[in-house]
Amino acid sequence: MTTPEKANSTPKSSKFLLFLGCAIPYRVSSYEISTRKALAELGIELMEMPEYNCCGLPIDPVNHEMMLTLAARNLCLAERQGLNVVALCPGCAGTLRKVNKKLKENKELKEKINGYLKETGLEFKGTIEAKHILQLLVEDVGLEKIKAAVKKPLTYLEVTEHAGCHVTRPAEAVSFENPENPEALKNLIEATGAKYVEYIDKIACCGAPIAGVNDRIPLQLTREKLVHIRKAGAKALITVCPFCHMMFDTNQPRIERMFNETFKIPVLHYPQLLGLAMGFTPEELALKDLRVDTTHIVSQIIGKEEGD
Amino acid sequence: MSKANPKVKVKSSKTDEKVTSTPSAKPLSQKSEEKTLEISATAPIKAHEFDPHFKYEISKMHGGEKLMQCFQCGTCTSDCPIARFSDSYRPRTLIRMTLLGLKDRVLSSETLWLCAACFTCTDRCPQDVEVASVIRILRNTAVERGYVPLVFKELGSSILETGIAYRIPDLRLKKREQIGLPPLPKGNPEAIMKLANVTGFSKMLKKGEQA
Repeated sequence: MTTPEKANSTPKSSKFLLFLGCAIPYRVSSYEISTRKALAELGIELMEMPEYNCCGLPIDPVNHEMMLTLAARNLCLAERQGLNVVALCPGCAGTLRKVNKKLKENKELKEKINGYLKETGLEFKGTIEAKHILQLLVEDVGLEKIKAAVKKPLTYLEVTEHAGCHVTRPAEAVSFENPENPEALKNLIEATGAKYVEYIDKIACCGAPIAGVNDRIPLQLTREKLVHIRKAGAKALITVCPFCHMMFDTNQPRIERMFNETFKIPVLHYPQLLGLAMGFTPEELALKDLRVDTTHIVSQIIGKEEGD
Repeated sequence: MSKANPKVKVKSSKTDEKVTSTPSAKPLSQKSEEKTLEISATAPIKAHEFDPHFKYEISKMHGGEKLMQCFQCGTCTSDCPIARFSDSYRPRTLIRMTLLGLKDRVLSSETLWLCAACFTCTDRCPQDVEVASVIRILRNTAVERGYVPLVFKELGSSILETGIAYRIPDLRLKKREQIGLPPLPKGNPEAIMKLANVTGFSKMLKKGEQA
């Protein structure tokens, strides 16, 4: 059964602690709603994570040790429950993976951080894994099972992806897939039956992390990507990051005004796309919460259904 | 030599600048985004500004170990998504300034805060310099000197009060129940405050307030 690639990956699990992070409960509930629906359909049980805190990433620029400590505290809470963690935000997932790996490998660092954690009665042991939802879908559910769960293949829909940097970068610390040639989200999109189109600079950053310091550069970055996406003929963009989603969806009308252009490219969270293919209704997947109107692609789906 | 035809020179460099900042057909209404930045990179350097120990200090820190392997090839800047749209943010320049020991300039530079931490530079550096981590170390060091951009103060104080980076309004929390989501797990601000005190994080936030 073990392929060379999978030989050192952790055994499949079907029960995870859901790490919601900060941005999703704050502004991107549609991602959470659709994830819960789609993962339940795939037999993944999500447990709430009591007393979790920010993964630490937002304050890494201020104090690296506080970032490590915040991330480690979350890992300790998961260790207590003996469950692996799944995060929907690549920033959270990347941070938890990175810190988990660093503390497991670096004894000195582990001792230092454990010295801090002792104040709250916790100790990092390194007994669990943290994953981003993409990794969970590919490794713990598997493409075959996802294909089997698709009841209404979206064969008529051309879409593309913006996965977000922290799903794969920094490559060594996150250790998921090749950031220069990622395949996970592409394969997952194709599993829904949708047609996947490529575009220039697909792996480029959307700029979201510096939006608090400079709002012009991120909007320019996102706008350039939207231009490429439109040119490639994609009818929708699929994301798996709350921050990227805010850049492409929430900010799309602003970008259109700023650059005097029209994109009208719906931006769906991957679980929304998968959910539609599974047969959930747009309402169940909170499609109405998206800023860019999805009527066009939804009516295609409904029309197709009626035609069948 | 360059003074032979100054007008032409100025004109061509201005056009270049515009091309870098707005490659689109539609130019932006806003002007250059960082006015205060030119000092760091272009003002004449005085001999007393060099701190020969600076690069060793940075190299000692977690993520800065390979700083001195940099041979200034410029891969980081040419692959940097921010550098494409910024007139001033250049990771290679920040690394060079660090290696030269231009401590005050680099730590007070506003461009330091433009890194999006996408880690493309780190992943592509042929010399294995963790460029984004070096920039993070420089930021941490700048914070120790009392420079904390407002957005980080807000994120930090929210984490101390609620456990997470944003203060979620009660209405939003109630709405979760209406739409059938489980209640958001409660945070543990006491635990976070203890950790912030032992790591020195709370002190740093305060420093930022005084500055």
